[in-house]
Amino acid sequence: MSRTIPTTTTEHDGHAEHHGPSGLLKWLTTTDHKIIGLSYTITAVVMLVIGGALAELIRAQLATSNGHLVSFAQYNELFTMHGSVMIYLFAGPFAFGALANIIVPIQIGAPDMAFPRLNALSYWLYLTGSITMLLGFFTTGGAANFGWVGYAPLTSSLNAPGAGADLWIGGLMLTGFSAIFTGVNLVATIFYLRAPGMTMFRMPIFTWNLLVTAILILLAFPVLTAGLIMLYADRHFGTHIFSVAGGGVPVLWQHIFWFWGHPEVYILALPFFGMATEIIAVFSKKPVFGYKGMIFATISIAALSLGVWAHHMFTTGVVLLPFFSIMSLLIAVPTGIKIFNWIGTMWRGEIWFSTAMLMSIGFLVTFLIGGLTGIYLASPPLDFFTHDTYFVVAHFHSVVMALLLAGMGGLYYWGPKITGYLLNERIGKSQFWFLFIGTQVFTFPQYILGLQGMPRRMAVYPHHHGWVTLNEISSLGALLIGVSTLLFVVNVVVSWKKYPAGDNPWDAQTLEWFTTSPPPHHNFYRLPQIRSERPTWDHNHPEHKAIAHENHEG
Amino acid sequence: MRIEAKLLLFLGLFFGAMCAVYWTWSLENAGGVMMFAGMLLCFLPGSYYYYWSRRMKTRPEDDPNATTEVGAGVVGSFPGTSIFPFLLGMGSFFVVLALVFGIWLLIPGLALVLWALLGGTSEGRRGGQV
Repeated sequence: MSRTIPTTTTEHDGHAEHHGPSGLLKWLTTTDHKIIGLSYTITAVVMLVIGGALAELIRAQLATSNGHLVSFAQYNELFTMHGSVMIYLFAGPFAFGALANIIVPIQIGAPDMAFPRLNALSYWLYLTGSITMLLGFFTTGGAANFGWVGYAPLTSSLNAPGAGADLWIGGLMLTGFSAIFTGVNLVATIFYLRAPGMTMFRMPIFTWNLLVTAILILLAFPVLTAGLIMLYADRHFGTHIFSVAGGGVPVLWQHIFWFWGHPEVYILALPFFGMATEIIAVFSKKPVFGYKGMIFATISIAALSLGVWAHHMFTTGVVLLPFFSIMSLLIAVPTGIKIFNWIGTMWRGEIWFSTAMLMSIGFLVTFLIGGLTGIYLASPPLDFFTHDTYFVVAHFHSVVMALLLAGMGGLYYWGPKITGYLLNERIGKSQFWFLFIGTQVFTFPQYILGLQGMPRRMAVYPHHHGWVTLNEISSLGALLIGVSTLLFVVNVVVSWKKYPAGDNPWDAQTLEWFTTSPPPHHNFYRLPQIRSERPTWDHNHPEHKAIAHENHEG
Repeated sequence: MRIEAKLLLFLGLFFGAMCAVYWTWSLENAGGVMMFAGMLLCFLPGSYYYYWSRRMKTRPEDDPNATTEVGAGVVGSFPGTSIFPFLLGMGSFFVVLALVFGIWLLIPGLALVLWALLGGTSEGRRGGQV
């Protein structure tokens, strides 16, 4: 279907009307980025609930020092699949598949993603990849049990003979291709489908972050897929790429995995940084402080992220410690700029403490804790002391829980645009407090446990040093986080089609708030003139127009 | 288009410099090769975009003063609906399951993949089901 950009800013576009199939066939055949994005969102939230349930089981097992809830073998499956579901099947696809799919084309004034059918294929590969990985639970040998990082030689056919390991590899291949196709789509959409006047330095920060994320996906994911093919060949075709017995190098897997794995941390984080940036600006009633600084910080993080992978491998004894330490510490600079700019955006703003804003402030605080402890871990002497202890577990849970806070903020902020209805703010704020307090109660004891030497991935632990109390507190935190997820589900049910949102309930600034809620097929009936990174704000508040950045365009 | 090109070229240059330092300092090959490949992956589209950005007229999306009217006209061809992504996804699902549960699953898998490729291509040539 050809799509015409309306030639006036007031007339409705007749092409926006669309009559496709309805019911199940609509969901199976759609190529509309909004419906695909919604499918991603629903699937990702289901994965969050599954991954969360696995986490609750882990914490129930660890609430006592000699837990008998699950066997040692089942515990291995639990922590492997909890990490795998949360990283591969929830956080990534939610970041660049769900909200990005829905919001990026609308933010730049595009009618759809550049390759709509490829976009649909991305979703189906994600869904089938998720099912493939979870099928492991229904096989006789159980699900994958070698940790979400799949270190050799634990993944060899001798150590992990069951179908669960192969399903883990297969599921990861499918979701990997899904991510690569989404990356291609995002780059092409942002490069080629921007509305007139939407120059690169007028794109919202969320879109900028997704562009950089997409480039990182294209750099990192093929490496993982190649590694998985090698791993499968080792397991079934008699190759010895990762096994010492045949002259292979087990630590090569770690190089390949983390060459994907550390950019993956930023692939996960950057979209959520973008969400928080948009939300903080809108609910402070200010433009983003240091707009260009934010963009250059994002690009710097992406550039550095390809040279830090082996800080996960310091204790292997075969990596260049000073190089990876320096590169990892350098990432603190652009990240610090971002934190400074978020605070600068709020500074003297007219702050509206909505649920989305509270979630974003919660993100800022929690991410600061996770980021600062990351700086400790980038220093080899400290890393040698804390490697594979609960300090590391606490560090990355501070980071990912911060991202979850930002993601929940994103759902409260953009949910009304997608569905046309607001969520209940009272339940939302309760959810925030459970999630925020729960996160800190969950992670702080783990920092102490890690510094006292408690190793990660243990189903039982010695009954001394007050470890039981600290673990009990951490499990209580996990319970609070579980309640917060439940409150979100309750909120969706309670608010179902109850509070109509209108087109721009937050007096927001970017282009997606110019169209209807939900947007029509191909997104816009009309477009405003775009003269800054805040076209909707400029249109609604001509007396307070934003300052444009056009002097720097090429 | 020039900023898009410069973004990719900058990343390529950075990865190249990082690769040179790492490779000579660490004497470890895997990381060096991956960073070198990363550099090429940025240079390939980056140099293409840069080449064309110097030869093409400024696009409406690159013009800070462009009005909405300038962009009027056909933006592109967007298929309304298509069943073939779903079929290709299901075909890929069966192919992956064949790697785990038995080679016979390749029969429905490859059949679906072939059907989707043929159907999707002919649908693309027709301009999509509108």
